Amino acid sequence: MFPFLKKEFLHILRDRRTLMILFGMPVAQVLLFGFVLNNEIKDAPIAVLDPAGDYASVTLTNKLVASGYFHIETRLGDAGAIEPEFRKGRIRMALVFPPDFGRALAHEGYATVQLIGDAGDPNTANALINYAQAIIADYQTAYNQGTGAPVGITASTRMQYNPEQKAVFNFVPGVMTMILMLIAAMMTSITLAREKELGTMEVLLVSPLRPIQILLGKTIPYLLLSMLNAVIVVLLGIFVFGMPMRGSVALLAAECFLYMFVSLALGIFISTRAKDQMTAMFFSALGLLMPTMLLSGFIFPRESMPWVLQKIGMAIPATWFNPIIKGIMIKGVGLEALATQTMVLGGMAVFLLALSLKNFKDRL
Amino acid sequence: MSPIIARDLTKTFGAFTAVDRLNLEVRQGEIFGFLGANGAGKTTALRMLTGLLKPSAGTAEVAGIDVSRHPNRVKQRIGYMSQKFSLYEDLTVRENIRLYGGIYGLKPAEIRVKTEQVLRELELTDLQNALARALPLGWKQKLAFSTAMLHDPAIVFLDEPTSGVDPLARRQFWELIYAAAGRGVTLMVTTHYMEEAEYCARVSIMADGRIAALDTPARLKARFGVGTMDEIFRAIRNA
Amino acid sequence: MISLNGLSKSYAGVSALQDVHLEAYSGEIFGILGPDGAGKTTLFRILATLLLPDSGSGRIDGLDLVRDYRAIRRRIGYMPGKFSLYQDLTVGENLEFFARVFGVTVAERYDWIKDIYAQLAPFRARRAGALSGGMKQKLALSCALIHQPKILLLDEPGTGVDPVSRQEFWDVLLRLKATGMTILVSTPNMDEAAKCDRIALLQRGRILALAAPDALTTAYPLPLYAVRAEDMYPLIRDLRGFGPTARCYAFGAYAHLALQTPTPESAIRHFLESKGHRQVEVFPIPATIEDTFIHLMEQSA
Repeated sequence: MFPFLKKEFLHILRDRRTLMILFGMPVAQVLLFGFVLNNEIKDAPIAVLDPAGDYASVTLTNKLVASGYFHIETRLGDAGAIEPEFRKGRIRMALVFPPDFGRALAHEGYATVQLIGDAGDPNTANALINYAQAIIADYQTAYNQGTGAPVGITASTRMQYNPEQKAVFNFVPGVMTMILMLIAAMMTSITLAREKELGTMEVLLVSPLRPIQILLGKTIPYLLLSMLNAVIVVLLGIFVFGMPMRGSVALLAAECFLYMFVSLALGIFISTRAKDQMTAMFFSALGLLMPTMLLSGFIFPRESMPWVLQKIGMAIPATWFNPIIKGIMIKGVGLEALATQTMVLGGMAVFLLALSLKNFKDRL
Repeated sequence: MSPIIARDLTKTFGAFTAVDRLNLEVRQGEIFGFLGANGAGKTTALRMLTGLLKPSAGTAEVAGIDVSRHPNRVKQRIGYMSQKFSLYEDLTVRENIRLYGGIYGLKPAEIRVKTEQVLRELELTDLQNALARALPLGWKQKLAFSTAMLHDPAIVFLDEPTSGVDPLARRQFWELIYAAAGRGVTLMVTTHYMEEAEYCARVSIMADGRIAALDTPARLKARFGVGTMDEIFRAIRNA
Repeated sequence: MISLNGLSKSYAGVSALQDVHLEAYSGEIFGILGPDGAGKTTLFRILATLLLPDSGSGRIDGLDLVRDYRAIRRRIGYMPGKFSLYQDLTVGENLEFFARVFGVTVAERYDWIKDIYAQLAPFRARRAGALSGGMKQKLALSCALIHQPKILLLDEPGTGVDPVSRQEFWDVLLRLKATGMTILVSTPNMDEAAKCDRIALLQRGRILALAAPDALTTAYPLPLYAVRAEDMYPLIRDLRGFGPTARCYAFGAYAHLALQTPTPESAIRHFLESKGHRQVEVFPIPATIEDTFIHLMEQSA
């Protein structure tokens, strides 16, 4: 028994990959999770609609701003101006006072403030609303000190684009993004590696096929299959989970296509570097699954991550596609609002393909 | 009693019979050649005799132990060297020897003595700290053989030990086998080098799961009226 | 047609090929003979332009091995040591694929591969993975030939193949040679090597000798005898103690005894009988390729 134990230790210590998993991964995970799980949000842009602008409403607004969680992006003139601000993605929350907030508090002893969150980003919206509610409760307590009759301030909340507050808006788009990417990337990541492992790569290389032909030949079938996948996933999202489809179908299809292409290019890139299928799968899981889950804003809001992680998150395609899919399906926006994200994805696609080509060794 | 006895040893995989009522007896101190084309059933039979595979029918007795019923008891008494794998590639030569010593239950003092002995006999002292994977194939095989013999088993099974090895190392390997036989060890060897069949006291040739011929090389050649083992092989195959 | 100069290659500090010089003429069958680990596959991969040598140079059909690799790839047919076709495609699909990749169609080039393909034809719809060893080799050969290469590189084509298929394979090679193709074959098998026009003996990355098989065996410098007695092992041991012995090894039923100086048979016989050996046989024999290989190995050690 004992010599066998010793042998196992020797094997493990001499295998770099195992060491990486044993030590590297837990450390990385603890660090990542530690930072990412910090749910605090800072400096979220909000719009304020305050018709009366009286002492109470202004004080409350200032208190909210002073907390550091919010900053006033714009002051609105009427309720109709709220939705366009959400649409443009300029605000995360709208704070709406009734016209007689101060007077209602003083004379009737209660008033209602409305907090409207952006269901396009449900996690953030919930967090912001919770902060706001806490601050308002605080304000209420402070207000009530030193007065005879306590007043009550109610915060009524509403989710723009998701008035029924359906939970699915929270995670179905994120899941869709992840699934589409994972399948596309993982499938292609093993394809080149498999040829290398089986030995068929040798014979392919010696043939007149040029690297770009081999690469495209590998990508295109998966692209078509992934589009099919995308259709299925979207349909499931709509019909089984009740996701709305408020935007243009054509735009969604086009953006999905672009996103698939980026994912495939990512997979191919991994494939050009991996020696065999196991390595390819390993790097897909490590290099794609984990960062996408943690850093793309799918589960944990990006705003609450340290600057470093936010920046790293920008390199992940899912980070850019999430707002696109939510924007189109939940908010019904058009290309103008998503121009930045689309261009970034386009750039990534070209970059990854070029990189894969460059990395493709036409020798063993 | 004979060290290796197979009686009507049979193995079926579903509808396919890999080994069909094998009967043989290997004598003490004999070098027995177990020949046959790929797919004839050699490896399956060997696995049953070493306790790695449970027979579908029949018995295998090695060192007096019924192998199918007590496969673990037999392991202390036999050495086994398989062609594909016998050494741990990422351990050094020395570590491999020590490992096997430990596995076979040798005491630390014995292991030390044996290690020096093996290193000296195989002339590997200079390479004792080299990783096994860095050794040329011929040396690996010789080392593998020595580790299989560390616990001085009375019976050794060798599965294609010289495949692909260079002609010099191959002969040196056989001299190790001869030396072991000289010490009274019983060895059962499979090989597809026909000339190596000549080094055996007796050989059996398997075809389609059965033994097609079993005798000394000389008598087999006489019976088939040919001059080389190769021709016997061909004759059997064409029969 | 093929020339290699001072080619060397190492992996991770282990030397696979050292200073290899080689020349193969147009239209000949050139064999590379060596055991596992000698460097055959590395050599073939360099020839197929799949690996870059660490040092040295080479030319194939006048083209530089490193610079003109794309042009070389069009002129060679390559069959790697491990079966390297698509196991989950059928025979027909594999062939079709390679034909298309090389810009030809199976129909166009059918005549060329007719001989081998005829044997494969009944299995046209079977998946490559389900073929026997011999059939797989024939398929791989067909795919390597489909574009009519000038040079054929076959890495251990006989390994893992039953002797009958191996013989058929060689018949095909001879027919191809007759069309003017240059063929390089690697093998660990001495008998196969004997069928080549010229061979190079490769051991541990070095070329020990290069010549026609006959020339090699005739060049064996020492007197060689076949010796036999009742027990092989004591025989060899005793012969190694015999004065004039250069080396003595078992070769099947007989031991091969190489002497440093010419010695009469009677002296050998007398020596053995004095050691108690019975039924002694001694007679001179011509060297085989294996004898030559062992001789050269011991010389280079």
